[in-house]
Amino acid sequence: MTVGSTVHKLTLYTNRTVTLSVDGQDVSVPEGANIIDAIEKVGIDTPTLCYGETLKPVNACRVCVVEVEGSRTLVPACAAKAEEGMVIKTDTERVRHSRKLVMELLASSVDLSYAEERVQGYVGDYDANPERFGPPAPQNGHSRDEAHTGHHHPTEVGYAATVQQPPKIDNDLYVRDYSKCILCYKCVQGCGTDHQNTFAIGVAGRGFDARIATEFSNPLPDSACVYCGNCIAVCPTGALMFKSEWDMREAGTWDESEQTQTSTICPYCGVGCTLDLHVQDNRIVKVTSPMDHDVTVGNLCVKGRFGWQFVQNFDEETPNGSEEAGAAS
Amino acid sequence: MDLRLIQNATPSAAERQALDELLGPPESAWRGGARRRPGLDSHTSHGGHALRRERDKLLPALHAIRDATGYISPGGLNYVCQRLDVPPADAYGVATFYALFSLEEQPPVVAHVCDDIACRMNGGLALCQQFEERLGPEGSGDGKMTWHRSPCLGLCDRAPAVMIQHAGTDLRDEALAPTTIDDVLGAMAGENVAVPRFAGDGDGSPWAPQTLEPDDDLYLLRRVGRVDPENLDSYRATGGYDALRRAFDIGPEAVIREINDSKLVGRGGAAFPSGRKIGDVARAPARPHYIICNADESEPGTFKDRVLMEGDPFALIESMTIAAYAAGCEQGYIYVRGEYPLARSRMQGAIDAARRRGFLGENIMGEGYSFDIEIRRGAGAYICGEETSLFNSLEGFRGEPRAKPPYPTQVGLFGKPTIVNNVETLMNLPRIVLEGGPAFASIGTENSTGTKLFCLSGSIQRPGIYEFPFGVTLREVLDAAGGVPEGRELRAVLLGGAASSFVTPDELDMELTFEGTRAAGAALGSAVIMPFDDTVDMTDIILRIAAFFRDESCGQCVPCRVGTVRQQEALHRLVEGKTIGTVEDELRLIDEVAQVMKDASICGLGHTAPIAVQSAIQKLHLFNGRSATT
Repeated sequence: MTVGSTVHKLTLYTNRTVTLSVDGQDVSVPEGANIIDAIEKVGIDTPTLCYGETLKPVNACRVCVVEVEGSRTLVPACAAKAEEGMVIKTDTERVRHSRKLVMELLASSVDLSYAEERVQGYVGDYDANPERFGPPAPQNGHSRDEAHTGHHHPTEVGYAATVQQPPKIDNDLYVRDYSKCILCYKCVQGCGTDHQNTFAIGVAGRGFDARIATEFSNPLPDSACVYCGNCIAVCPTGALMFKSEWDMREAGTWDESEQTQTSTICPYCGVGCTLDLHVQDNRIVKVTSPMDHDVTVGNLCVKGRFGWQFVQNFDEETPNGSEEAGAAS
Repeated sequence: MDLRLIQNATPSAAERQALDELLGPPESAWRGGARRRPGLDSHTSHGGHALRRERDKLLPALHAIRDATGYISPGGLNYVCQRLDVPPADAYGVATFYALFSLEEQPPVVAHVCDDIACRMNGGLALCQQFEERLGPEGSGDGKMTWHRSPCLGLCDRAPAVMIQHAGTDLRDEALAPTTIDDVLGAMAGENVAVPRFAGDGDGSPWAPQTLEPDDDLYLLRRVGRVDPENLDSYRATGGYDALRRAFDIGPEAVIREINDSKLVGRGGAAFPSGRKIGDVARAPARPHYIICNADESEPGTFKDRVLMEGDPFALIESMTIAAYAAGCEQGYIYVRGEYPLARSRMQGAIDAARRRGFLGENIMGEGYSFDIEIRRGAGAYICGEETSLFNSLEGFRGEPRAKPPYPTQVGLFGKPTIVNNVETLMNLPRIVLEGGPAFASIGTENSTGTKLFCLSGSIQRPGIYEFPFGVTLREVLDAAGGVPEGRELRAVLLGGAASSFVTPDELDMELTFEGTRAAGAALGSAVIMPFDDTVDMTDIILRIAAFFRDESCGQCVPCRVGTVRQQEALHRLVEGKTIGTVEDELRLIDEVAQVMKDASICGLGHTAPIAVQSAIQKLHLFNGRSATT
């Protein structure tokens, strides 16, 4: 995994360092660094889901927990500050148990089939067995968008409740399939305080019924969304996806091994954002920007992210194969 | 902020009026007012930083909209967003966090019928059944009224309990307990229900049975049911404000010294030394300092803080003022749970009276110290009793806990040093200031000093709040309350609340101190003592506790959000005999899920969600071939 260059940390560091012990090895990190940085420095990988290199840690998923001597509970490595003299253990029975259970709880309630490879890998890494909670519960006809806070419909006995629900396809640019959402809060941060300051989506509801939603779960075109796609850029599970990628995956034609990535500069304005064009069969299927890029920090605007259809209008009568104009046009 | 509001959703006149009463008239068209100054309004937006600092008015604003119509409509939400400069998706996320807010249209009169542990064994379930027969399933109704099941309403001693919310022109909330379906339907239709003026008067069921006779050993309860809680003069005539006078005489450092000497620890459940908290805030360089009284008492079976607020509201104000003076706090908040309408109105009345008479506000008692208190009303969320969740709720965000460290004494409400104390904890301060720390420390035991309130309900003859010096045994408290009803046999006691554990009849000699309960592998928690006799189906009780934690988890972290669901599902399988694998496999699964909740959840809710379930399984031998009910 790459916890490498981390833009949000630039402002935090001082020239003082703290020294701590990670699995028996002493390591020094700048004061203000988080435990995960110290662990990375000694060459140990830490599983992460809600942690984003470019986002403030929300420590919601708890898969990165480690044991810190003197702490009653486990400590999230992504959010807790490294302190002088800390003694950290990353591979104890307790740590492995929590990581395994977090993956079991997630994989038994969420569809991880489109998740990043590393995320799917954690299930195997920690011997997680999500099936042991029972088969996925049949849909009970209650929409998650209308869940009544503080009340729940009991799971049918013998089954495991899931967040299964129909995907939300309400615009031409991206699909929100919240059956795949682990509620890592990254998209909310990307849309709101941390990057875009648009606040089109938030976390609504409570408990197992908590969900990412626009106000009153209105369709995206009716919301404040500006289609920058910066939520897609940080989503680790494919719950948010380019419509183009979604369609190809549904049709079975999505094949990353057949894709090339070409870096270029966005032609639209003078900022000069770096674009990575993902190309399959000589067509652009998705556009990203590098997370460690000084200017974009992985973010783009609607034009850089989606405004490349003109490149490949060489053989079709109607762009997008649709008479209707795209939501962003 | 360039808000994009919900399209085609305008506030009704009632919603607009309700919010304008809270916030004042809108200053410009940008904030939803009339376009009074065409030249200026169209070019200049006002608000910005100044308006965003008012984010903490979001929860009161949502209450105002709900109070106007019974629910939060898109138009109402729009107007809130416009007035406070909050994006609609953000405000929607906050509104949907609370169980007492409905975002769907619903009738203006709603009954919340408690089916939590104490009520369900004392008529609550039958009451729910009757509601179903008379009004239809939960949430349905005739357009004028509807009903919902509710978690614990804190009226456990008077089960079964119902809270009714009336919205619109007849705006009021009322709690009825004990009650019947006909009384509730009558009250919902607008009949007036007499609210006892004193906690104990009126209906022959004392809330604090020990106060029926004068009792010099009582301290916290000494005015409850005996002194008019709505009269400041009555309060002063019974020693009120003597302690604040003395605090001013000896100065803040001496007050903190006395509190340290008293060895007072928090009564909310965590037992943190109160003097250290107050001292830390007093020394914190950042300004201003805040004090919050945590009156979000929502732990099933707990109602001591309600009784104190209803029975002796001025004492809480004086106590908060003492702590605030010691720590140099400029502003205080009392966060009262939304399910406590009488406590809220009593506290508001007391604050108003105290302010009028110079006991709050500028230059208190002529001593040059200024401090004021504002009441904030919760909206149905157990998690908001967790102190950092309470900060978020009060600041107008979702009531999700924050990571600790930093601790509230350094970075608390609005990022400033903050004291958070439970009602009962604060109420000990006048005694400590008047009698001195060492005298207070001589009451109780070495490490648990002072007196303690216990909440008795369930299978018990005389339910209510009882006060004893620390060191009393569980048996003595049960005996004082008359024990289990005649002809029944004690099966188990839930000690400390749903977040604590069950103890068995052979453990009744346990000393009820922080150290005594800990040594016995239990915890004092919020001092719930809920006995269950041999007629109670204990599997039903733990299923309700598991459902409670599923409903009340905030959903932020995975171990608690999904763990509480998996715990409940496994219990259901065990109860119904549809196990996956053997019974032992299921019990192991429950233990493993419990471990991740205890180890890796963010806050105390997740840490304690499995404790009652596990203790019931282990101590009552549920599902182990032996059922607790046979």
